Amino acid sequence: MDELLGNYLAVVIFIGVALAIAMVLTIAPFLVAMRNPDPEKVSAYECGFNAFDDARMQFDVRFYLVSILFIIFDLEVAFLFPWAAAFPKMSDYGFWAMIVFLGVLTIGFIYEWKKGALEWD
Amino acid sequence: MTLALSELFFWLFSLILIASAVMVIWAKNPVHSVLFLILAFFNAAGLFVLAGAEFLAMLLIIVYVGAVAVLFLFVVMMLDVDFAELKAGFMKNAPLGLLVGVILVAELIGFVSSWVITPGMVSRIASPSPVTGGAVNNTQALGAVLYTKYVYFFEASGIILLIAMIGAIVLTLRHKPGVRRQDIGAQVARTPATAVEMVKVKSGESSVPAAKEKV
Repeated sequence: MDELLGNYLAVVIFIGVALAIAMVLTIAPFLVAMRNPDPEKVSAYECGFNAFDDARMQFDVRFYLVSILFIIFDLEVAFLFPWAAAFPKMSDYGFWAMIVFLGVLTIGFIYEWKKGALEWD
Repeated sequence: MTLALSELFFWLFSLILIASAVMVIWAKNPVHSVLFLILAFFNAAGLFVLAGAEFLAMLLIIVYVGAVAVLFLFVVMMLDVDFAELKAGFMKNAPLGLLVGVILVAELIGFVSSWVITPGMVSRIASPSPVTGGAVNNTQALGAVLYTKYVYFFEASGIILLIAMIGAIVLTLRHKPGVRRQDIGAQVARTPATAVEMVKVKSGESSVPAAKEKV
């Protein structure tokens, strides 16, 4: 157990260094940089004309479909990891179980391809 | 030494987890809520690592932080959040929300109070993998049983993913009519006979009326 956690020491050090650099870079401008705000300087800049609109506009619903399909294939790959790790000692039964699983998802993949869900317009 | 250190990290992860979970509810801006949710996921992953469940920890980061949090962000961006309107509806919907909250709390109390911890739990937590520190690591231990002993759950999860895929497409896919797409099959199937029309033009006459446009 201690051995396992010892493997993560490098990760902890990495996160610590990343946090330190991020904090320094966030705080340094408050201390070092010259601050002289002006309504014109802090307003949104849009190629010379006044901003039309708020920057927080609604997203297109099509992004949602793309991210849902991404999650599904992400999960499919997540199931492949233990399968690959246990592959040397895997029985034929386990091998074919994964092939059936991939087959089921391939049906979905063909469906979404034929439906044109992978195309933008 | 190491035990004390892991205890320190347990408290660190737990405190940040609970604090960020509270902030998910507390934050006024829904985008900030989602960012706090991501922080909560990271700390939960740290707790999984401390418990020895490495694979679950990495899965939490890949699936929940990488995919689900992005999905939540999209949903938040898609909602047109008008804060004034939200505040106006608050008092009207408060009794219903309170009722749902009370029912949930009652269910949680009923659930937690009937929670029984298995007598052998302590030894199981101490050795999450079948052989701690042995040749079999956490991921391999999962792989050894997931595809054989729990094969029905595994295939059921495949079917659930298929349903999710089809459901998402059926619910959100709206094609604009009249968009011309590239049809590679049709392009490749073109032959000189279908693509080019030879027109005999007599001298002194225009060929334009005779030429028919082929699509």
